[in-house]
Amino acid sequence: MKKAINKNAQLLAAFAIACTLAVGVISELTSDRIAQQEQAQLLKTLHTIIDKAAINNDLYQDCTIANDPLLGSTEDQTVYLGKLDDAPVAAAITAIAPDGYNGKISLLIAFDIDGIVTGVRTLKHNETPGLGDKIELKRSDWITSFNGKTITKLSDSRWNVKKDGGMFDQFTGATITPRAVVKAVKNANLYFNQHKQSLFESTVSCRGES
Amino acid sequence: MKMNAEYKELAIQGLWKNNPGLVQLLGLCPLLAVTATVTNALGLGLATLLVLIGSNVTVSLVREWVPKEIRIPVFVLIIAAFVTVIQLLMNAYTYGIYQSLGIFLPLIVTNCAIIGRAEAYASKNPVKQAAFDGLMMGLGFALVLIVLGAIREVLGQGTLFDGAELLLGEWASVLRVEVLHLDNKFLLAILPPGAFIAMGFLIAVKNYIDEKQKEKQKLQQSQEEPSTIERVRVNFD
Repeated sequence: MKKAINKNAQLLAAFAIACTLAVGVISELTSDRIAQQEQAQLLKTLHTIIDKAAINNDLYQDCTIANDPLLGSTEDQTVYLGKLDDAPVAAAITAIAPDGYNGKISLLIAFDIDGIVTGVRTLKHNETPGLGDKIELKRSDWITSFNGKTITKLSDSRWNVKKDGGMFDQFTGATITPRAVVKAVKNANLYFNQHKQSLFESTVSCRGES
Repeated sequence: MKMNAEYKELAIQGLWKNNPGLVQLLGLCPLLAVTATVTNALGLGLATLLVLIGSNVTVSLVREWVPKEIRIPVFVLIIAAFVTVIQLLMNAYTYGIYQSLGIFLPLIVTNCAIIGRAEAYASKNPVKQAAFDGLMMGLGFALVLIVLGAIREVLGQGTLFDGAELLLGEWASVLRVEVLHLDNKFLLAILPPGAFIAMGFLIAVKNYIDEKQKEKQKLQQSQEEPSTIERVRVNFD
């Protein structure tokens, strides 16, 4: 009896080790490629909202972290800094719209140095397919309606969906989603206007040690 | 000759008679969740197929050494390892589809079709047959996924192979076909209830075909030997 238990335990351990080893080897082999893919994906998105010709630094490396209730979350958000010969030109901030129809909406919002929105992209969301998912660029160009907009004073009533008297369209059958996105972009814009100085001077890198 | 018959039987079982999707109704969670487009269905189908072949082969290889008391944890280990490997590879080489499959890729581990085949077939049969069984069961499952994906994509978006370039590379963007032009998307088809309804229709169609075939066989039999059938009928009436 004891012998059987011993033998089975050893066999199970052997299988566990073999399987873990196999996964480990593959993980090691693919990790570079995966990091590359993620970086390429992010850079591709970043370059659609920050003009590539206007900057000459590595957006992916040049980044800092921000943590502010205006960004919709208590977690650290990443700020990618675009510079031309070390002079600040543009920045892209990740932000959360916490009040989506179906949970959080994760956004990437880019501003030029004057605080004008140059582009917004939805990174992750769980909104209703066919209704709320029009915040994705591949479904609708609604998200580009932020381009060129900026907020000047704290309470700007134009930064609302049209139903609430603002300048942004809502979707047929879905008002909550665009309302959440508009609010998140507005707050991020306020945050950027207040903090852009310190963001560009920050020495904290988003990759741990700077 | 006997070998060939065995393979043929395996193919029929996997693709039709004992189809994991339509008959065994295993792995419904990924089946219904990711089939909103053909591309997603194809991605998950291929991933499941690879895992199924890999796990069947491995289980069959080690079947002599694994005592039956610990076979289940060993099978789970093997399947989990294969799924993780496939997930890593897809993350590395088909990043777009990896993202759109999301949580359902790691969830292949819990697809009962896979451990079901390991337990019911691979653990009792030699490697070659086990691999073939995995291939056929995987194909059967993938086909159901693809058909379901096609139905839902045409009804929901009016397209086919939308986003195929994510899975197959840039050239595949030409595969995209605009079948119907829809001003308003038929939302139900994309949402989960649409998946259940479409699945129900697929199963119904399969059962209908099976029944027709049975009737045909009966008819043939009765034509071949009418006298016996008549007598049987009389007896039963």
